Amino acid sequence: MPGRDEKNNPGFRLIDRRGFLKGAALGLMSMALPHRSDASFWEGFFQKHFREMNSEEIREVIKRLEKEYKEKYKVDFNIKTTKPLPGVLFGYGLDISRCIGCRRCVYACVKENNQSRDPQIHWITVLRFRKGEKWVSNLEEADKYYYPDRVPEEGYFYVPVQCQQCENPPCVKVCPTQATWKERDGIVVIDYNWCIGCRYCMAACPYGARRFNWGEPRIRREEINPNVHYLGNRPRYRGVVEKCTFCIQRTREGRYPACVEICPVGARKFGNLLDPKSEIRYCIEKKRVFRLKEDLNTFPKFYYFFAI
Amino acid sequence: MADIYQPIRNFFITLKQITVGNKWYYAWVGFLSLLVLIGVVSYIQQLNRGLILTAMRDQVSWGLYISNFTFLVGVAAAAVLLVIPAYLYNFKPIKEIVLLGEMLAITAIVMCLLFIVTDLGRPERAWHILPVVGAMNFPSSLLAWDVISLNGYLIINCIAVFYTLYRLSIGKEYKMSVIWPIVIISIPWAISIHTVTAFLYNGLSSRPFWNASILAPRFIASALCSGPALMLIIFQIVRKVSKMEISDTAIFKIAELIAYAMGVNLFLFGAEFFKEFYSGSIHLAPMKYLYFGLHGHSNLVIWMWVALIFNVTAFFLFLRPKTRENFFALNLACVLIIIGVYIEKGMGLVVPGFVPGTLGEIYEYTPTGLEKNVTIGIWAAGALFFTLFLKFALPVYTGELRFKAPENEK
Amino acid sequence: MIKKIHITCLLFLLLATSLMILEGPVTAEDAGDELVEFPVPPPPFSEGIFPCSNCHAGMEVNTTKRELEFHQNIKLKHFDGWCFDCHNPDDRDTLRLASGKVISFKESEFLCGQCHGTIFRDWKAGVHGKRTGMWNGRKEYRLCVHCHWPHAPRFKPIKPLPPPVRPDDIKYRKLRPEEIPSNPLEEILRGEKR
Repeated sequence: MPGRDEKNNPGFRLIDRRGFLKGAALGLMSMALPHRSDASFWEGFFQKHFREMNSEEIREVIKRLEKEYKEKYKVDFNIKTTKPLPGVLFGYGLDISRCIGCRRCVYACVKENNQSRDPQIHWITVLRFRKGEKWVSNLEEADKYYYPDRVPEEGYFYVPVQCQQCENPPCVKVCPTQATWKERDGIVVIDYNWCIGCRYCMAACPYGARRFNWGEPRIRREEINPNVHYLGNRPRYRGVVEKCTFCIQRTREGRYPACVEICPVGARKFGNLLDPKSEIRYCIEKKRVFRLKEDLNTFPKFYYFFAI
Repeated sequence: MADIYQPIRNFFITLKQITVGNKWYYAWVGFLSLLVLIGVVSYIQQLNRGLILTAMRDQVSWGLYISNFTFLVGVAAAAVLLVIPAYLYNFKPIKEIVLLGEMLAITAIVMCLLFIVTDLGRPERAWHILPVVGAMNFPSSLLAWDVISLNGYLIINCIAVFYTLYRLSIGKEYKMSVIWPIVIISIPWAISIHTVTAFLYNGLSSRPFWNASILAPRFIASALCSGPALMLIIFQIVRKVSKMEISDTAIFKIAELIAYAMGVNLFLFGAEFFKEFYSGSIHLAPMKYLYFGLHGHSNLVIWMWVALIFNVTAFFLFLRPKTRENFFALNLACVLIIIGVYIEKGMGLVVPGFVPGTLGEIYEYTPTGLEKNVTIGIWAAGALFFTLFLKFALPVYTGELRFKAPENEK
Repeated sequence: MIKKIHITCLLFLLLATSLMILEGPVTAEDAGDELVEFPVPPPPFSEGIFPCSNCHAGMEVNTTKRELEFHQNIKLKHFDGWCFDCHNPDDRDTLRLASGKVISFKESEFLCGQCHGTIFRDWKAGVHGKRTGMWNGRKEYRLCVHCHWPHAPRFKPIKPLPPPVRPDDIKYRKLRPEEIPSNPLEEILRGEKR
């Protein structure tokens, strides 16, 4: 393969002679010995699949995780396991005619959901398109790195993309370990303690919604959100996949997702698809909605619409 | 009364063979061990810091490791090219070497498993994929199918090889009643491992480059070129360095079969190429990226044309009896095919699945030094394993090592 | 299983009503808190400007279009009208609809709704503009004037937050805790609090 400048290549540079031996020794130790000497390491190793644990086992796991997070982040965490509300199927609406591409949602999501600041992880991607260019099925013209002085820009429009919470999610279908599944309220969740990091789901997702922890996730201590859900915004581990959960920790308690509340133009709508009086049902019934890549039959519960 | 521990003792006596050899043998083993060590150290770095040390990112989430995995599944599946003429058509020259093919298949599968494990973000959780103790998502996930088919193939080939060796070690032919069911299972199973691997990609509607039904046939066709080409080179080395006799007839017959397989491979490629470029829909983008570059990104273009030229050249070299029976041309063609298919079915298959990405982004993936080190390490581990395996098996196979048959076998 | 999902997906809009009977959905009404109609924060007056009668009480009403001496910041960029299309000349602390009905500044949405009927309808449903609070309970609305300055209602362009890091620039780095990048939103939120 064409070689990149090897001096700038992290993998190459790391293996100098000293680092070679040190790395080998440390690595062997870390493989042979648990990082924590207590039983907690093996409890973590043998932790069962979330859906196969009874409530007693879940309680114990939560206790252990809260202790581990406390040790690691020096913050007291409250890990919830709130169950889906009966009679609720979550749906999301996004008004493309309003979005100004300011990326407030991207960073409100980062703040609420404890995404790694370095290596950087964003769950929302805002795509910019030139007006009149083809865009609906061919996203090749999209630019997600735009950074003008002011938005919105003349001649462009913006389409934020995040997990579409498909009713027929290809990521769930392909996961070899059932580490990701669709909950009764329609949210596709991941058990970060069960995911093996094979990234098959990332290959399967048509919306580029899944993110992988390529390195150790890092967050400033003062920016950590300690109110978390086991299936949502609790801090993740290196080597596992994560994604938007419609802010499961907020929405299962009746609150709006963080991206809905931050949006300065009110382009983001959220509610219960089974409630005919909900905002999302109003959008579906009164506006012309469409969903991304409808040709793939994934049936997203994320509706784009044009209010004007 | 028969001593039931006798075969086990014999096994260890045979195993001792791997420690004796001439200086070339030691140099070769030493060289490979060094490469393995480099690979291991690099992998430990990766374990410590994460896959961030690779060039894979969210945009291109699989890379060199999965490319090698895909290529090697093909090598493993190619053993069927020897099994069919050997057992179904009872073609004697190939029957004498079918064991080598099965051993190569075992090696390739072991390498595949190593590549999969190195690609995992949490390798210590790999057991989650197993049935019963884990939560295998069968039959929904094609990766679950792949785990079953690859491990099943490994077991089938191990039984075939060790049973044959055991019979030979006591100076007996294998019993057809035992080997026949194995053969009957192994032929479709060999096809299935590669079909399942193709389906792994094929089933993803999000990736138009992979979501073409021609993918599985192309996988099989290219596997039946690259695997046997690798075998031909190994056969020539084996007959040079050991007492094993491998007839030219067998080699030329395999070369002929490669020509047909490559013909089919090129035809299927042409069909895909035509469909994409003539219809010119938005699904053309990955193909355009591969062969002409897309929006100024063209890292793979030169490699893809090299692969195509190599494959076509090798096809003609193998097709003409005159060239394929000339050892220089034959070996040249083998090397061309191995390189050609390695590019086409490695990086040339995995990367365009991700370029352009599902949101249209183009990220040009170029493996880091660490990825290359780990890859070389696994290849060296495979070569080392195969070398030792041969060292173990060949004395039995050629009759240099014989044991007394147990009482009840007399 | 998959087939079942398909059917649910395809028909769930049609089935929604019947499903509701079966599952008893959580609606805005029965979710605990009573639904107050259009709960909005007080209108965003500039400091010291209200009540208007403090200054205007003794002033004569001047209906000619002109450059305003005191309210220099107001250059009407909305429609081809003038102050008293909305403000009540008889009582400056109120607004006046076209019908002559006098309303308070706290319910100015009815004034805007005179012209922007469809948007008003969407606003009432919570689909135009921002709503915060509970999706299944008490919601906080915003008045039109919280986001749109009525004298020039078009949004001013704002500075976007930074784009994501390009994949080529995501590298392994050794960072001390204080070197971990901060969320750029934090700065904006700190500024808003001040």
